[in-house]
Amino acid sequence: MKRSPQPTILVLLFVAALLLAPLFLPAFYVTLLNYIGLYAIVALGLVLLTGVGGLTSFGQAAFVGLGAYTSAYLTTVHGVSPWLTLPAGLLVTGLVALSLGMVTLRLSGHFLPLGTIAWGIALYYLFGNLAALGGHTGISGIPPLQFFDIELRSGREFFYLIWAVLLVIILATRNLLDSREGRAIRALKGGTLMAEAMGVNTPRSKIVIFTVAALYASISGWLYAHLQRFVNPTPFSLTQGIEYLFMAVVGGVSHVWGAILGAGLITVLKQWLQDWLPTLLGKSGNFEMIVFGLLMIFVLHRARDGVWPFVQRLFPQRRPGACPIKAQALPRRPLPETDSVVLEVKDASKRFGGLVANDRMSFRVRAGEVMALIGPNGAGKSTMFDGISGVDPLTSGAVSFCGQRIEALPARDIARRGMSRTFQHVRLLPAMSVLENVAIGTHLRGRKSFVAAACRMDRDEEARLLQEAAAQIARCGLYEQMHEPAGSLPLGKQRIVEIARALAADPCLLLLDEPAAGLRYLEKQALGELLRRLRSEGIAILLVEHDMDFVMGLADRVVVMEFGRKLAAGLPEEIQRNPAVVEAYLGGVE
Amino acid sequence: MDLQIALLLGQDGITNGAIYALLALALVLVFAVTRVIFIPQGEFVAFGALTLAGLQAGRLPGTIWLLLALGTAIALVEGSRALRDRNFRRLPMILLVNCGVPLLLAGTLFALSPASLPLPVQVLLALMLVVPLGPMIYRLAYQPIAEASVLALLIVSVAVHVTLIGLGLLFFGAEGSRTLSFTDISFELGDILVQGQTLLVVVASLMLIVALYFFFERTIYGKALRATAMNRTGARLMGISGSLAGMLSFTLAAAIGALSGILISPITTIYYDSGFLIGLKGFVGAIIGGLASYPVAAAGAILVGLLESFSSFWASAFKEVIVFTSIIPVLVWRSLKTRHVEEE
Repeated sequence: MKRSPQPTILVLLFVAALLLAPLFLPAFYVTLLNYIGLYAIVALGLVLLTGVGGLTSFGQAAFVGLGAYTSAYLTTVHGVSPWLTLPAGLLVTGLVALSLGMVTLRLSGHFLPLGTIAWGIALYYLFGNLAALGGHTGISGIPPLQFFDIELRSGREFFYLIWAVLLVIILATRNLLDSREGRAIRALKGGTLMAEAMGVNTPRSKIVIFTVAALYASISGWLYAHLQRFVNPTPFSLTQGIEYLFMAVVGGVSHVWGAILGAGLITVLKQWLQDWLPTLLGKSGNFEMIVFGLLMIFVLHRARDGVWPFVQRLFPQRRPGACPIKAQALPRRPLPETDSVVLEVKDASKRFGGLVANDRMSFRVRAGEVMALIGPNGAGKSTMFDGISGVDPLTSGAVSFCGQRIEALPARDIARRGMSRTFQHVRLLPAMSVLENVAIGTHLRGRKSFVAAACRMDRDEEARLLQEAAAQIARCGLYEQMHEPAGSLPLGKQRIVEIARALAADPCLLLLDEPAAGLRYLEKQALGELLRRLRSEGIAILLVEHDMDFVMGLADRVVVMEFGRKLAAGLPEEIQRNPAVVEAYLGGVE
Repeated sequence: MDLQIALLLGQDGITNGAIYALLALALVLVFAVTRVIFIPQGEFVAFGALTLAGLQAGRLPGTIWLLLALGTAIALVEGSRALRDRNFRRLPMILLVNCGVPLLLAGTLFALSPASLPLPVQVLLALMLVVPLGPMIYRLAYQPIAEASVLALLIVSVAVHVTLIGLGLLFFGAEGSRTLSFTDISFELGDILVQGQTLLVVVASLMLIVALYFFFERTIYGKALRATAMNRTGARLMGISGSLAGMLSFTLAAAIGALSGILISPITTIYYDSGFLIGLKGFVGAIIGGLASYPVAAAGAILVGLLESFSSFWASAFKEVIVFTSIIPVLVWRSLKTRHVEEE
């Protein structure tokens, strides 16, 4: 998700145009705009799901149907007020989406879309075959919406409601994305490993965006039912669900405004093709789908970000602010006493099938020391890190962190206890700024929820989190690059961004996987200086590094690994003299 | 329900299940080799059946136009690339394969009157028209973004699916077709009447599965596909071209789809969009196998066939609802079983 840097004035102009539109446009265009608005609400959910979260659904039309049918049924059969059927529809849709999400979201990514296809078809046939819902003929005579004494009977009146709802949803979505939970959602796209290591509960984030997208669809369905005042299964079919996804992708699946653009483009194009294609081909039928399909393939081949980026270039870009606003500093975690044991690894083993990557490894790390884990390539150092931090749990053995056993805990719970790490293969979100990347590290230090974020009730906390992130960036010497996209930095600097992100979590134990790789001499010196300062503050550091000068000049103690086993342990100078270590590194003297 | 009805339903379910099993195998194959979730698999079923029906009715099947169009498109893509590389010697071959062969086929169709040909020749012609569409679609739609995420490839699949559905309507019209029966034999087995055609479907499916087994176990191309499925990069380092493996798996998938369509079209009326639901039922089977295991996918597909035929007896209106919601318990079971560790 790129922050859409639209100056507010353009948005105001857009709103003004919307206010005037129904007064001047002929009825046909008002109807068209109504549908664009309804579709855009659904497409917006898909932007959140697909473009931001990296998930997708072909079954959104079924959720629209749930909202529409709930209201249609309750208002016509039980005479419930339409204002009460909206929450009822949201409840039904929410429950269905929650259970569907819980089922599919733990599996790899492609099971969700396949599940939504199956679900979309099943629900379509269910609508068409339940006698209580009118079967394939549907339900008619749905009452109009009523604002006090005004009945919204015409499309012109409805126009304002639809677009007001859409604008509120856009605002809420943008607010949500620009927040702590929003960053966690955006982190999903870079894979769940890093997000989990930063304490994000990724299954929960996925379920939340899936549910939110379904709720948007449900609102659209409620509006649709009371605009048409008639529902039947056709508009809730899988084909329509696919069309919603096309709208989001063509418009620009990573951009909030892309949803409106896509809904507009596809709706107008469809109208035009439906007039034009049957005459051209001499047959009637849904031939516009041929064009849409080819268009989609073209977009995915040539402009994966859709049309919106091209539109965006026409507008002036807003420059990011120099530095976050001053806010109260975040509370810090009390650090363990110097020299107390922070981490104790005992008989830790990790097997991948027949390969033993870690074989009964044991060592301790104390507060206020730098402990280096060295060894030839393939010795199992990174695997050891993954085992300790819970990213890829050990096969057997025990890990105690600050006196508590953690080997069975998921990565995010370990992170919560004050362990933070970097990755050997940098895991940043290249399109997000350095500041936002580092702010992901502060995830566990805030507590405001999705709802608070959507309503902008999280600004105080957000300012404190961003200030903390900025402070860690400055501390690591990247102040100048704070607002640049993380992907634009050289690899060595990206590693430093990872350290800043780990520090933003306020850890008492820092695991650094090859932090000095790719750094120049002066940068290495600066990094060494930073690590010494952290050590003097009482943070324990466990370090994997190949640069021996760097390690020997910095580490208090060294553990050497070879073939998954501990080869030697001791002070740096002892290690340098150890014949077994010399042999492992240089080969034996024959 | 008495035993006789149960046997009848069972026979029906196994017949459909055999077809779903074939499709499930193709889907697992394509996914394993290319990471493409091949939603358009079902369209090949419909195209195979309707092309054969067209030939039998003496019409020129619309698939020939698609073949010509895709051939021209590939020739343009490959040709412009050859021109850019100043590799002029490749041009004749590109033109011959992509334009010459389809034109030759079109000429043959014009020259012969397919309706009067013997059935096996008609089947062969139908396969020649439909099967090349598989690799051609791979070349045009998937190969340029072969390295994209599973999600992007899936969206392309859906786009290809809607395009083909639209073209199917254009080529074959909205009315359904049946093809001539391969055999009129029927015999009694105990209490029930077994149709020869039904038996043919089951036997042919089994034979295809056995043939696939030998292909994968005994031939160099089969082994190349298996190697690619296990480790794409490793296979490429061993000289197995990723695009060749892709083309090959799509050829197999298209052939399996078209054959399935040809096998069932004498017993079921096929419409231009029938393939989609048939293909998706294959998917339910494939998902039971986790999109990875061939035997479990095939068994799952048979189960889907049985579930479908028995639910059509008890609650015929809710047949599709039951079949497609059955995927949910499967997913629950899978999600409890697997602990998903993320790939790089």
